[in-house]
This record gives sequence, C-alpha cells and structure tokens, in this order.
Amino acid sequence: MSEHELRVSKIRDGTVIDHVTGGQALNVLAVLGIDGDEGLGVSIGMNVPSDTLGKKDIVKVEDRELSQGEVDIISLLAPEATVNIVREFEVVEKNRVERPERVVGLLRCPNHNCITNGEEPVESTFGVVEDGVRCEYCGEIIRSDIGDHLAVS
Amino acid sequence: MRHDHLLSAGQLTREDIEAVLDRAAEMAADPAGVAERHADRLLALCFFEPSTRTKMSFDAAMKRLGGDTVDMGTVESSSVKKGESLADTVRVIEGYADGIVLRHPSEGAAKLAAEFVDVPVVNAGDGAGQHPSQTLLDLYTMRENAGLDDLTVGIMGDLKYGRTVHSLAEALTTFDARMHFVSPESLKLPRGVQFDLHEAGARLREHTDLAEVLPELDVLYVTRIQRERFPDENEYQKVAGQYQIDAETLDAARDDLTVMHPLPRVDEIAPDVDANEHATYFRQAHNGVPVRMALLDELLSGEGGEP
Repeated sequence: MSEHELRVSKIRDGTVIDHVTGGQALNVLAVLGIDGDEGLGVSIGMNVPSDTLGKKDIVKVEDRELSQGEVDIISLLAPEATVNIVREFEVVEKNRVERPERVVGLLRCPNHNCITNGEEPVESTFGVVEDGVRCEYCGEIIRSDIGDHLAVS
Repeated sequence: MRHDHLLSAGQLTREDIEAVLDRAAEMAADPAGVAERHADRLLALCFFEPSTRTKMSFDAAMKRLGGDTVDMGTVESSSVKKGESLADTVRVIEGYADGIVLRHPSEGAAKLAAEFVDVPVVNAGDGAGQHPSQTLLDLYTMRENAGLDDLTVGIMGDLKYGRTVHSLAEALTTFDARMHFVSPESLKLPRGVQFDLHEAGARLREHTDLAEVLPELDVLYVTRIQRERFPDENEYQKVAGQYQIDAETLDAARDDLTVMHPLPRVDEIAPDVDANEHATYFRQAHNGVPVRMALLDELLSGEGGEP
C-alpha cells in the first residue's frame, strides 16, 4: 500500500483534496467555510513532497462532500488538484478539477469602486480568463492572488 | 444595432458604430425630419455624478427627437441620499420613462442597472470604467476630420482613470487603428483595458513623452491629468508640464492633425490652441447632440426600427 493510499484510507466518509498547490491548503479550507467550529474531522498536509508538483498540500475533510461551486473555486486556487470522494473507506470518485467558465458569489472584487462592493443586491461574478479571473462588472483582473479575494471567511 | 442597452464600447461592432454615425449624420443634416420621431416618449436622466456636456446633450438630443426628459436631480436631493440602492432606484424609474441614461461613480453600475430593468440603459460614465456614448461622438468627430481607416491616434493624459480613454481605445480596435498611449508611468492604462486591447489584437505602444510620436499622429486625443489622483503634489508637478500642449507644441505635428479633448479641460490644452486649425474639441462637444439622437433612436426604436 502506497503512502498516498494509506492517507486516503484513513477516512471513513468524506473528501480528500490532493495535489493542491503548495501553500493553498488554508485557502481551500476557507472556500469550504471550515474553521473548526463545525466539528468536522480535518487533516492538512502542507508542502509535502510531490513527484509532479515538487511540493503539494493535501486536505482531508471527514463527513463532507463538496458542492460544484466549491470545486470550481478550488480549481482556480489549485489547478492540479484532485477531489477524491471516500465512502466506507473506499475512494468512490476521483476527479481532476476543471476550470469553470465563471464563478459567482465566491470572490470579492479587489476594485473597491466596483459596484459589487456596494450595498447592491447582486453577487460578484467573475469570468475565468487564461491566467486568472475577471470581474464581469468592472473588468478588474485577479491573477496570482485569487486566494486573497475569497468572499468566504 | 441590435442591443437592448449601451453599456460599454466593447459590445459594439464596426457595423454598429458606423450605423449610428451614419444615422447621426442624417439627423444633423435634417433635424426637422426627426423632430417628432419620439414624441410622447420620456428619457430618464440619472446622474449620480456632476455632468454638464453629457447630461445636457442627452437632454437636447431627446427633445430634438420630439420626446422629453425626466431628471433625477442631484444625489443630495434624491432618495439615494436616504440609502436607496441603485437597483431599487432604477426599478422605480423604469416605471416613469422609456429609457435610462445613467452616470454613476462606481464601475459596473450601468451593467447592474441593466440587469434590473427592461427599458434601455445607456452608460453615461461609470466611475473609471466606460463612457461609450462619448466614444461614439469621438468617432463621429474623427470620421469628419480624418476618416476612420488607417488612423494613427495618440491618446494622452490620464489613461488609468480616464473612462473616455478606455471606451475609445476599445472601439478603435474595431478600426485597426495604430494607438500610441502617452502618460506618466503612474497613469498608464489599467490591466483590464490592456487585456482587452491585446485580446483584440490592437497595435499599440506606450510612451511617456508626446514628442516621441507627435509627428506621426492623425489624431491627438488629450485628457486631463487628474491632479487629485496623485498621492504627492511633488509627483504631480514632475509630470504635469509634460502633458500640456500649446500652439508651439503643435509645430511638430502634421498639418492635418486633429486635436480632440472630451472636456472639461483645465490647463492641458493652452488657450492659444483654440484658434489653431488643429483644434476640434468644441466641435467634438457639439457633435454630442446628433450622435446621441442617433443612439437614442436606435435604442428606443427596438429591433423593428420604428418608435
């Protein structure tokens, strides 16, 4: 049994997010809205050796599966990530994340003067461009620092 | 043009632009012919920021089409002061008028407004974002003076916050113009605009000194450097003088150079340029009426082409 399989098999039910870009694990937890208060079992490996990435993070969350919106935003933070669904100790699904065409309500526009940062009844909406995301209201582009603009705490 | 709203220059094809400019020329030549075209129709003027030219020219354009306007007035005198959202404001005004002209200090405001109403929305300036109706009259003026093909255009001044610049540059990509952007380093084009221009395959160069490109230009489009944007007065003083032109500056220009400015100007074009044959900015401002008449006619007439 490989080291990787051993890590996964330790979860009875839940999700293992593997091949996360090194240093992004805490942002992944922020996307998932996990801060410890909800009582979920969470394990994190940060900057562990990876053949393909050099260094990677791993996030394991027990008794929690991810929504498509959560997977979408993780794909922007960690384009190489895999999302493994575990049930009864078995990996029942293993999916590479795919970049969505747009993300809604998950990021805060860094342009303070953008209308989405006012008291208006709209959600932030970003189109995904080649090397980042772009606000569909004001045109602001976020490139390498997407994790700094999560609309979740 | 088959659009419900005019929110940004990027939504306009070359055909859209030429259709509006052609219609504007027709209306300018025969204003009596359209004097009743939109009789009994109302246009709402919602200006959350001060405006003279844009507001008055939309007002004049609507009235010259036989229609009328209702004016929100100043922010201080409206319910906005009570904390009403833009979304609520436009939803209410939609019930009063057949179209909304919106100026707002926040980028993306016109897009948001358009999501909440069914009547046409015209973006009359959203923060540092876009000002597409200004671009149409800018292009109309360029076409009158220099044509729109094979143009070399210099755009100088505040390129970072200048919404007229952002719209114009985007529209010029549809005409394959060569663009030279002249500004201090601190006021270069924002990366969102640069992204659009590169995506459109624009031919552009950036400069800090007008003298590098002035002799090549067919059009020089000057905008005000906004002193208030500089965090340090000394930094402003270092660059301000380089971005003023006078009659002597234009000695190095081609004889047929067209000098434009969206106005208001402060000191970036000296008064001695006004009488110069290059100066076109007052004519440019006057063109706002026929161009906005044509634009309103397009938007208020819908797909059938009839009011």
